[in-house]
Amino acid sequence: MDKMPAWADAVLVPVISVLLAAAISALVILAIGENPVTAFQLMVDGALMKSSGWGYTLYYATNFTFTGLAVAVAFQAKMFNIGGEGQALIGGLGVALACLYVPWPHWSIALIGATASSAIFGAAWALIPGYLQAKRGSHIVITTIMFNFIASAVLNYVLVNVLKPQGSMEPASGRFPEETFLPTFQQMFSTSETVLFRGSPANVSFFVAVLACILVWLLIWRTRLGYEIRAFGNSETAAKYAGISPVKITVITMLISGGLAGMMALNTTMGEAERLVLNAAEGAGFLGIAVALMGRSHPVGVFLAALLFGFLYQGGAELAFWTSIPRELVTVIQALVILFTGALDNMIRMPLEKIFLSFRKGDV
Amino acid sequence: MDFNTVIQVLDSTIRLSTPLLLACLAGLFSERSGIVDIGLEGKMLIAAFFSAAVAFMTGSVWLGLLAGVVSSMALSAIHGLASITFRGNQIISGVALNFLASGLTVLIAQTWFSQGGRTPSLVGGARFSELTLPFADSLRPVPVLGPIYADLISGHSILVYVAFLLVPLTWWVMFRTRFGLRLRAVGEAPEAVDTAGVSVVGLRFASIAIAGVLCGLAGAYLATGLQAGFVREMTAGRGYIALAALIFAKWRPWYALGACLLFGFLQAVALRFQNIDLGAFVVPVQVMDALPYILTVVILAGFVGKAIPPRAGGEPYVKER
Repeated sequence: MDKMPAWADAVLVPVISVLLAAAISALVILAIGENPVTAFQLMVDGALMKSSGWGYTLYYATNFTFTGLAVAVAFQAKMFNIGGEGQALIGGLGVALACLYVPWPHWSIALIGATASSAIFGAAWALIPGYLQAKRGSHIVITTIMFNFIASAVLNYVLVNVLKPQGSMEPASGRFPEETFLPTFQQMFSTSETVLFRGSPANVSFFVAVLACILVWLLIWRTRLGYEIRAFGNSETAAKYAGISPVKITVITMLISGGLAGMMALNTTMGEAERLVLNAAEGAGFLGIAVALMGRSHPVGVFLAALLFGFLYQGGAELAFWTSIPRELVTVIQALVILFTGALDNMIRMPLEKIFLSFRKGDV
Repeated sequence: MDFNTVIQVLDSTIRLSTPLLLACLAGLFSERSGIVDIGLEGKMLIAAFFSAAVAFMTGSVWLGLLAGVVSSMALSAIHGLASITFRGNQIISGVALNFLASGLTVLIAQTWFSQGGRTPSLVGGARFSELTLPFADSLRPVPVLGPIYADLISGHSILVYVAFLLVPLTWWVMFRTRFGLRLRAVGEAPEAVDTAGVSVVGLRFASIAIAGVLCGLAGAYLATGLQAGFVREMTAGRGYIALAALIFAKWRPWYALGACLLFGFLQAVALRFQNIDLGAFVVPVQVMDALPYILTVVILAGFVGKAIPPRAGGEPYVKER
């Protein structure tokens, strides 16, 4: 029995969750002696009222779209891929190897090559947890957490011992060759009279993220594999009965999920830093959880949630610049969003269901 | 490597194992009752901050400890509300708590102390001092056993001894008391416990409250015993290592002691030696960092003895079906 209309489930519940998270965040801002209204205005001004602000917002949103999609695809099969961070780090390694060791003639071909390389590296990093879950029954949450730490150790080792240029002290790779530099929004959209997106890191990989959203939507709702993934997520026993192999679906879903997380590194490593650094994932792997939960594991929802978090990240940076509120406020907001849209979902859902039920009784 | 170096490495093993052990036992209580606890890290972190902050402001490390325990229990309460009362996803709740702690500690530290998200350094009574066990100094000249007693066993803060004593206590509570039996039962077959007329919700809340206290001790030890003050992200993944140790120990107290000592030893070695030259090849420090996680994955995969978690772990209990 549907207790609530579909629109309420898809829109009302997340919106109420976000409003609750926002209300508590406002209380936190009040508690540290700042004005939440001016803080919000500062965030809007800094993130949305100028094109360079948008450049940062969209840059962060690109990261979160990839990692959010990664978590969302796994959610469709009722798996919790908490390892987006590690998969993105290893994806970054894939990008760096492709950019450093292949002589690309033009950035567009380099982009295709690096995308493939990052996806393969990220997918490979998700393969072992996926395989262990499918074949050995070891819980994917725990193994992916462990693989995050292993990934950062691997990256640390490779950067310090292999990729670090001679004489450099910093654990980072050398600069990528100029042919692999991706065009930024500033180069793409500025005209000779007006400079748009000045100095901001948004680049062409934003469009790769949008494309990824469309492809994930097609995959999940318009292909046989997507149908099998959703069937498996809804009921493993029913899926098995219908001849769907749990091992196959688990491994393939994790490969797709890891590949998407790995592609996130395109934006940070190839688009922005133009070399591989230790913290190439910038915490976006974890933020993908919040994005997927808020976006209800749907590509459209994920994209909107990624935009919201992009705004929060850029707004938070502006706040830290202009006021005494540190950037960690965004981490708190992120935690509240995960708490309300994920763990305390029933707290919002139960009263709403009651309200809708009482309306329905009124009709009869 | 001479005898003194061995003693020093083992001494630092004990210090580094203590927070792991406390957090691991916290996880043991929680997971044995069927509540998966990813939030050990966050609880330790928030306890570390509040213990250091209150200890600095009052000058009393005991008030600091109390504040740490209370803050950690507050996070436990949120975890309970989400995963027991509202039957939410326990893993998501734990992830949220980790972010909450990571954000709130720096936010409040910056507001209170304006030192870039840290507390001022603790001195004197605001820190746990090192206890000297009786006769430690007079026994030191005795060969081999003297230094072991005086430098290895003696000379730690009280929380270290508490942590190690908690191992037999946990074993006794878990396997020799009625409460322990019920707690284990609620993690395996909550419906059976419910049928017997014992409150599933009550038992689970009790177990995560204990987990809150233990994580509070772990965090307080980090900030007021091991180090002198709070710095941002000072738990540095210890909550996850504790979780790994718990799996490695297959949810049993004595094995947890062994696993935590092993992982603490790896940390101590990585801290002291960086890259280890074994003659034929060099073990890079990153291998030491990653080894606890690799070992846990191997154990989880069941290649070396299978780790089977409590059966009802992660599942919210719904009374009527």
